[in-house]
Amino acid sequence: MKKTKKPIRVLIAKPGLNGHDRGAKVLTLGLRDEGMEVIYTGIRQTPASIAKTAFQEDVDVVALSCLSGAHNYLFPKVVELLREKGMNEVLVIGGGIIPLDDVPSLKEKGIKAIFGPGSAIKDIANFIRENVKR
Amino acid sequence: MYDEHQLAEIEQALSNWESTSLKEALEKMGEWKKEFTTSSGLTAKRLYTPLDLKAGEWNYLGQLGFPGGYPFTRGIEPVMYRSKLFRMYQYGGYGTAKATNEWFKYIIERGAEELGVAQDLPTQLGLDSDHPLARPEVGKVGVAIGSLADIEAIFKDIPIERIGVSTTSNATGPIFLAFMLALCEKRKISPQKLRLNIQNDILKEFIARGAYIFPPRPSMEFACDLREYCINNGLINVRPGEFCGYHMREAGANVIQELAFTLANAVAYLECLKSRGVDLNKCYQPVAGFTAGLDLFEEICKLRAFRRMFSRTMKERFNVSNPDAMAVSYRCNSQASLFTAQEPMNNIVRGAITALVQALAGVQVMSVACFDEAHALPSPEAVKIALRTQQIVAYETGVVNTVDPLAGSYYVEALTDELEEKAMTLFEKVQAMGGAIASIEQGFQIREIARSALKHQQQVESGERVMIGVNKYRGNEAVHLEVRRPDEKDVERQIERLNKLRKERDNDEVKIALNGLKEAAREGANLVLPALATVKAYATIGEMCDVLRDVWGEYEYRAEVL
Repeated sequence: MKKTKKPIRVLIAKPGLNGHDRGAKVLTLGLRDEGMEVIYTGIRQTPASIAKTAFQEDVDVVALSCLSGAHNYLFPKVVELLREKGMNEVLVIGGGIIPLDDVPSLKEKGIKAIFGPGSAIKDIANFIRENVKR
Repeated sequence: MYDEHQLAEIEQALSNWESTSLKEALEKMGEWKKEFTTSSGLTAKRLYTPLDLKAGEWNYLGQLGFPGGYPFTRGIEPVMYRSKLFRMYQYGGYGTAKATNEWFKYIIERGAEELGVAQDLPTQLGLDSDHPLARPEVGKVGVAIGSLADIEAIFKDIPIERIGVSTTSNATGPIFLAFMLALCEKRKISPQKLRLNIQNDILKEFIARGAYIFPPRPSMEFACDLREYCINNGLINVRPGEFCGYHMREAGANVIQELAFTLANAVAYLECLKSRGVDLNKCYQPVAGFTAGLDLFEEICKLRAFRRMFSRTMKERFNVSNPDAMAVSYRCNSQASLFTAQEPMNNIVRGAITALVQALAGVQVMSVACFDEAHALPSPEAVKIALRTQQIVAYETGVVNTVDPLAGSYYVEALTDELEEKAMTLFEKVQAMGGAIASIEQGFQIREIARSALKHQQQVESGERVMIGVNKYRGNEAVHLEVRRPDEKDVERQIERLNKLRKERDNDEVKIALNGLKEAAREGANLVLPALATVKAYATIGEMCDVLRDVWGEYEYRAEVL
């Protein structure tokens, strides 16, 4: 019997106090169109609540968005808490307003890619497909 | 404008032109697109003629009138820029009160007419700097204001009776007024001298910006407390709230949605004030904030249309007759979501176009977004260029010489009419759902805007919507802009200051004042004076908002809306 491939499960999350979520919403709808199962947390999430939701929902990908400059603290914190929960394989990516100079250090801390302004949904979807661990 | 006979002649001549010169040109050269549309998807015809004004019985006095008179299509003042140019404003801020104070002094020396107080997110959300949620965000997008002490530091040696202050306090709007009233008291300045613009538009926070604290209905009442207090106390130089379309547009709304949802929110505030017995004729100098985008004609027509929509609504829906209450003043800013991260210098050009839009549309306060918008908070150089952009438009282009110079253009008038008509249809739909708050509670605007945002993105990805440097003529140069970083030590210093304050103030007085605020909130009284009492006792913004959280609860974002 042919095994059907389970859809990729993505959690799109907004850590911190920033309330701008146009990108998060567009990506939610866009990745659904790409055949993925997407949950959007809504704004004003803590790193702890994001890790908890990721664990409960057993997602393959966590996509973080921040536009207020607090990414250097918040993104690595989410990664840290995911690893604490034993979620070592989950793919973490980020977006928002992230100065290019911050990207290398974020990558070192476990955020595999940053998709800033001008990124295409298709490129994000392809990156996820190529890098997700299932 | 044209009698039946003239129009018939034009119609005939047009038909001839279409079957000869036009036909030839189309056969020989063709057009490079099948359909030409505005940025919001409205059809842009090849040519507009007087025939396009005939439909709907267009007439000059009914649709346009004169600037400074109903329906204000042409502008809210008779002489506009010939007497006073648009005010040149640049939103910006620094993380510490001291740095903000120095920045203010710097720009005052250089002729600034208004000081923009950008607040950090914890402040806007009523959180003290040492709140666990606040720590990573203290001082990042603006100054941290913990108490009256920070306000005093921000405005040290600054003559607030001579220079205007503007701030985007929304959920905490009345508290910011209380801060400034307290400062006036300390300096023995009459509050009537206070020139203040407080954004105070909580409804758009639920729809687009996300900086709400309490649920919609008590938030609305709180926002109206500020408006009502200013009206009842003759604070004629305080603008106690804006009707904002800007943020909804930046969240992805198209122009029709921007117009309709803004008007619906405005009506909600006005109905709330009316239900309190406020005479709406006293809501003088209403303010609205819109984006200035790149689709030149659509944007200009949008702003002309809203002046007419607003004044007609005031007249027909609310029976308002005071022209001061019907003429909506504009504070606009570039539609910065169109500013690219790629090839950021191109954004200087985009900024210039948005400045031209604002000047041609007759805004009262202009802002231009900075070229490094998509990278970080603006550098001083970027701010300077944005300011110079405004100055060049004001002094070198001549567009300020005549009022509403585009009036009478067949395209401009046809498009203004079309935008008004479509926006009013959507506005009526929101009203039929029970008004702005009811539709917010149903997630209507959020879903509509998310759909428009997705459509926009799909159009960019398909190439249908061109963004130079992004999906057309894309270069490969890496962008390295010097990014201004807040000093992390400032956060520690701010928290130290807060702790010191909490020890040194009269905590009994604080307790009494906070209880007073709580009681007043429970009774549904106007909260400006109770807030003022807490401010004067040096209560912190977190303490004040916690009291209100106890009474009203907190709003929880409903992600299932999507």
